[in-house]
Amino acid sequence: MIPAPYLEAAPVTIGVLLLLVESFLINFERRFLGYAALIGVLVIFGATFFTAPQTATASAPLWNFYSADPLALLFKRIALAATALVLVMMIDYIPVLRAGIEGATPQAGVGEFFALPLFTCAGLMWMSSAIDFVLIFVSLELVTISFYVLVSFTRRNPLTLEAGVKYLVLSALSTGFLVYGIAWVFGATGETNLTKIVAVFARPDLEKTAALFGGVLIMIALGFKIAAAPFQIWVADVYQGAPTPITAYLSVGSKAAGFVVLLRVLEPFLMLRKMQTLFVVIAILTLLYGNLAALPQMNLKRLLAYSSIAHAGYLLVAVVSFSGRALAFYLVAYLLMTLLSFAILVLVEQHGGTDIEDFAGLSQRSPFLAFGMLVAMASLAGIPFTAGFFGKFLVFDAAVAARQFSLVIIGLVTVAAGFYYYFKVVRAMYWDPPASSAAIPVSPLTRVALISMIAGIFVFGIYPHPILNALR
Amino acid sequence: MMLLLVIIAPLLAAAVIMLGGPARLVALTAAALTLVLSGLMFLGFGPNERGFRYVASFPISTELHLDFSIGADGLSLIMILLAAIVLLAAIWFTGKIERYENAFYSCLLLMGAGGIGAFASLNLFFFYGFHELALIPTFLLIGIWGSGNRQAAAWKVTIYLALGSFILLIGLIMLYRALPPGARTLDIRMLQAAAGQISPEAQSPIYLLLLLGFGTLISLVPFHTWAPEAYASAPAPAAMLHAGVLKKFGLYGLLRLAQPMLPDAARQWSNLLLALLLANIIYIGFVTIAQRRLDWMLGYSSVMHMGYIFLGIASANLLGATGAALLMFGHGISIALLFAITGELRSRIPSLELNALGGLAKQLPIASFAFGLGTFAAIGLPGFANFAAEIMIVFGAFRNGFDLQHFHFFQWATLLALWGVVMSAVYLLRAYRRVFFGSSPEPVLGASNAMGDLSFGLRFPIALLVASSLFVGFSPQTIINKITPAFRTYLAR
Repeated sequence: MIPAPYLEAAPVTIGVLLLLVESFLINFERRFLGYAALIGVLVIFGATFFTAPQTATASAPLWNFYSADPLALLFKRIALAATALVLVMMIDYIPVLRAGIEGATPQAGVGEFFALPLFTCAGLMWMSSAIDFVLIFVSLELVTISFYVLVSFTRRNPLTLEAGVKYLVLSALSTGFLVYGIAWVFGATGETNLTKIVAVFARPDLEKTAALFGGVLIMIALGFKIAAAPFQIWVADVYQGAPTPITAYLSVGSKAAGFVVLLRVLEPFLMLRKMQTLFVVIAILTLLYGNLAALPQMNLKRLLAYSSIAHAGYLLVAVVSFSGRALAFYLVAYLLMTLLSFAILVLVEQHGGTDIEDFAGLSQRSPFLAFGMLVAMASLAGIPFTAGFFGKFLVFDAAVAARQFSLVIIGLVTVAAGFYYYFKVVRAMYWDPPASSAAIPVSPLTRVALISMIAGIFVFGIYPHPILNALR
Repeated sequence: MMLLLVIIAPLLAAAVIMLGGPARLVALTAAALTLVLSGLMFLGFGPNERGFRYVASFPISTELHLDFSIGADGLSLIMILLAAIVLLAAIWFTGKIERYENAFYSCLLLMGAGGIGAFASLNLFFFYGFHELALIPTFLLIGIWGSGNRQAAAWKVTIYLALGSFILLIGLIMLYRALPPGARTLDIRMLQAAAGQISPEAQSPIYLLLLLGFGTLISLVPFHTWAPEAYASAPAPAAMLHAGVLKKFGLYGLLRLAQPMLPDAARQWSNLLLALLLANIIYIGFVTIAQRRLDWMLGYSSVMHMGYIFLGIASANLLGATGAALLMFGHGISIALLFAITGELRSRIPSLELNALGGLAKQLPIASFAFGLGTFAAIGLPGFANFAAEIMIVFGAFRNGFDLQHFHFFQWATLLALWGVVMSAVYLLRAYRRVFFGSSPEPVLGASNAMGDLSFGLRFPIALLVASSLFVGFSPQTIINKITPAFRTYLAR
């Protein structure tokens, strides 16, 4: 059995090693760094299956703020899987990257590009284990700071620069909210440990107003991370401007970690009734904004940005309905289908652009890619026998069980809207004639990744057990 | 196992065709196999036999009560048989496809498999899932190969059906959640056994959701507007399959789930259902009379005829319910025949405006004869399945709540619905005369006359459809014996 804390230490070590190789070796193909990072992440992913769940013991001070319960382990796997798939996309993305960076040597910057996601991954994994506000804050910052660099990596592109600045300013602001909120909660309860805070909340002499105020400030910061309305304004521009693999990473990794923190932080706070009402309102706003704003989009990257807001809405429905099962399953489904669509987008982008028009006639140019995109879109829309449908099924089931009927009704309307904008991509691929007939080349590695994601979507759509069991 | 094969054959054929197999050959073989197997299963099901046969079960998750279990009783079997007949006819009728021939056949097979799978499923999850499986093929079939305003029609049908399905999904989840925790199940048989524990107050909203969801899929007024547009734009085989088979999914759902499991709510909401179905018959009847194009008229007529099936369902007695099931079969056959001939006409004639047509019987005698038979069947002429079914529905509905002193709402509704028969005779016979008889304002076929009548090969699917309707029409008892036991479980008389 491998002790859980080693799981975070490994990606950091590999990242540092990659950076050293990058700086001290001059003449070698930097692409191999990507393969090395990928292999490393896959090995760690395998190692999570040899890690037993372990929770707080008094033996070491570490376990006061670190927990390796089944939830944390599942989210570590989500973070690792997302990182691995994003690394595959990054390897495909090298040509675009080279055009986007200025430097003396032709391979300048490529090494860092592969090292940074490893640090992000470590941050995401720490976040899923954090049960103390201090660790939450530190790991969140690790994730955010590495994203600052990644988002603005292709710095010759003005859109990317704009995205980087927007992300930097708004992220810094949300960090401010987080720290301020933590301070208020600490002031009201005298604790930063979430389990101890729960105990304090049960006491009748609690300063409710101060705790609630702190809680709201923390929710604002987390709302920024998961792109919940009304803290979602940054999403469309940043997603469109950032390099496509980074957009995928941002929309999956950052979101998954945000939700697991939310789930842990909310546990004490949802004991306060007002907080629950607030969350229902946020969920409704997010659902409506994400889905309605996605309707007119003509650019697939922007569309996926709004769709990620929309899915944050469904995830929030699961959170409000207290269903960790629905939340975890939906996140896995969301990871598969979003990364699948981004992986295909990365390939199509290099032979056209990111507009929906560029997908016209893809079914004739590359039937395999078109089929993959069809599966991703069907799953995002919620067609049965895909993981996306099962996620929606569990979310709606949880909402009905929790008697949140306002959320169910809004959810129905937004699902119908979703069918329109996801099928717009299907229409372009299958109805419209292609602009050029050249097939899009797919490397063997990417093909394996695509096939495994398609298979995952279908397998989890009918056989959800592996994920549901992982939570036990 | 036989039932499993019936579901898998079209799915497998669709996959083979997508991977590059010879499209028409594989599709026809799979459809023929499906028909033969479902025919055998239907024959093998004894009269007055109760419960489900051909049961196969593959557990997936006990925690979620999820298993892939299939089985069929008389009601499912007649629907599977209908789906198999129409699937074979639709594939046979598919003419030359200009673009992506393989994808076309795959989509048709997927639609057929979706219908058959839904009728054969004993688990709510798969019951729902199989029907939704047909959604993307429908979207692609109308969008790529449709005619007229195909883009708008494809969007409309997709969004309507998606929304309807998700309303239905919420209804099904609520049905599942309404049971006490220990008794919760997604298995239709166990659900039926446990449904008595749902209080009348809890039944009411669930029934309304199911009615709304299924109603949207069946084109119950006022959720019907997708249907005529979609059927007018869809390529003929797609229209045959959707109007003939997939639309029956909602009716099947009402007969299988809503009516038996929520009887109190069904009684409570029966007046609403009656009002809506009268709108389906009377209002849509007038709308159909006003249509100027043959394909739109047929689309509206298929909406209108749903009203009778609803009437049979609402009557809540053995006679009416059996009649409804029989009409589902009869209507599926007749509308498929009419859409098939219309599709053939469309491939020969640029416009289907009724005013611009005429005298086609001289040039296309066989098509004209077949269309005539379809017309008579749809009107409900004695000898066709529709007649036997409509008679049962009308008697069944009239008997409901009958007392000698005064007329109940049911009797009024039945009398009004009878006028619908006259209306359908008006528009169908008028269209038949306009298109095939009399003289045309200008030579309709013109130089393309050389195309000639229906090819010899197309006479077989026509014969198949006509023969099944006539057989059921002349000896309905053979089928009724097998359907009725399915309703005896919850209807006393």
